[in-house]
Amino acid sequence: MLYAILCYAHEETVFAWSKEEEATVMEKLQAVQAPLAKAGRLGPVGRLMPTTAATTVRKGRDEPLVLDGPFAETKEVLLGFYTAEFDSLDDAVAFSKELSAVNPGSSSYEIRPFYVFHPNEIKTAEGGSS
Amino acid sequence: MTDIAWIELALTAARPQALGALLRYFRDLDTAEEAFQEACLRAIRTWPDKGPPRDPAAWLIFVGRNSGVDQIRKRAKNQPLPEEAAFSDLSDAEEDIADRLDNAHYRDDILRLMFICCHPDLPNTQQIALALRIVCGLTVQQIARAFLVSESAMEQRITRAKGRVAKAQRGEGAVGFETPDVHERNARLQTVASMVYLVFNEGYSSGIGNPDSAAFCDEAIRLSRLLLRIFPAEPEMMGLSALMLLQHSRAGSRFDEAGQIVLLEDQDRGRWDRRLIDEALAMLDKAIRHRKPGPYQVQAAISALHARVASPSDTDWGEITLLYELLEKLSPSPVVSLNRAVALSKLKGADAALELIEPLAEKLDGYFYFHGVRGGLLMQTGRSDEARIAFDRAITLANSPAECAHIRMQLDRLGAGAGAGGG
Repeated sequence: MLYAILCYAHEETVFAWSKEEEATVMEKLQAVQAPLAKAGRLGPVGRLMPTTAATTVRKGRDEPLVLDGPFAETKEVLLGFYTAEFDSLDDAVAFSKELSAVNPGSSSYEIRPFYVFHPNEIKTAEGGSS
Repeated sequence: MTDIAWIELALTAARPQALGALLRYFRDLDTAEEAFQEACLRAIRTWPDKGPPRDPAAWLIFVGRNSGVDQIRKRAKNQPLPEEAAFSDLSDAEEDIADRLDNAHYRDDILRLMFICCHPDLPNTQQIALALRIVCGLTVQQIARAFLVSESAMEQRITRAKGRVAKAQRGEGAVGFETPDVHERNARLQTVASMVYLVFNEGYSSGIGNPDSAAFCDEAIRLSRLLLRIFPAEPEMMGLSALMLLQHSRAGSRFDEAGQIVLLEDQDRGRWDRRLIDEALAMLDKAIRHRKPGPYQVQAAISALHARVASPSDTDWGEITLLYELLEKLSPSPVVSLNRAVALSKLKGADAALELIEPLAEKLDGYFYFHGVRGGLLMQTGRSDEARIAFDRAITLANSPAECAHIRMQLDRLGAGAGAGGG
């Protein structure tokens, strides 16, 4: 089964990390992902920019409304996501626990199975940046 | 990261909201700060065992409020006459507990806290120091090191600034604690935005060789993100945020290893921070959709034109000149005109630019960049003697050793050029 693992966190705290703190956390997260990537079971992994860079298109009565910011004002926001293949939910839970253990910024991981809609690939210079 | 390091980050992140709410309850900066401090101490004692609360700011507000009330009661007992005002404020505070959770006030709380730090009576340096101390929670020692003054001198400066704020709060034109109307809120937001940019510029201009003040840039960016989260649809805040991100993206390439200034066109663009640039471009795109141009957006747009091209020779000087014209209309100033002249020189040559800056000579006579730019333009047109006079004047006005060294280098080039021409 394919899973999306969605990482939620307190944005204010995560964006208060110093460069060193950030680098340490990223390195540890990288180590957790490495075995999955090596087995060819890790799909795209994304880090979301701050919610201040977000725009929401919301269904209005006539035209959809274009709003600044994320959809709902919540304390915890979606900060990043992983896509990967796991044999069972237990494996996906175990992986999320490993991520959680090395990421002090995360407050929860939502595990959502997904279907591949289109296995598209982005082919731009930006697509490869981390 | 240890538990304590993590808690400290969470406390710093919650600080503006919690302190802002406590200020609304107690209506006095010192009392609010004391209450917040007490709440932080309790957090450090209890969070490691019980785990951090779901909403750290709400926890700190609740605990801080109770400890502040206790303090006021204790003090009131020791005073012969209880202060009426203190108690009437407390009844407000009791009523306000109800809205502690619904966050109805929090954006005005944060804005008010920041607004109080940039009271017009305070000189710029005190505004910066106060904002860093109160809103960002930097220690007096950190701020003192950045300003290259002793800790006691900075302590005094901050105490004096707070005194002025407290005095202003007792007088006419005091910052109100009721919910501001739309106009008042906009005015506050504008003032606060320029204070945030002041903080950024302090770090930007004195950053080299002083990592303590370079950290101001990060603080300013953090403040602008905070403001944007609470006012998500303000294009000028997006513009300010984008502008600072773009300028900060070049932090690693603005100076060489010897601490000498590296001009934009000579910088190694591979060392610009792409992540900051990408975020800035996203902010700017959002801002432009609003079709409400303002000075920060235009400056960010100019900066973005540099960030978008891989090589300085691809720079769209025509567009940059147009944007400077727009900026001149939005916020006319001789410094903006000077910048337009630089862009124009790339487009139409040094003579056209010199013509544009001559009328600025009187207003900008005491301005380092004016004489530096003018010298450079004169050098390009071959008027070496005049260029030398302009550079000499620039050196006497330089704000830092790096600026001084940069002009010396120009003078050396002038010498070499003149020699080659003569020989």
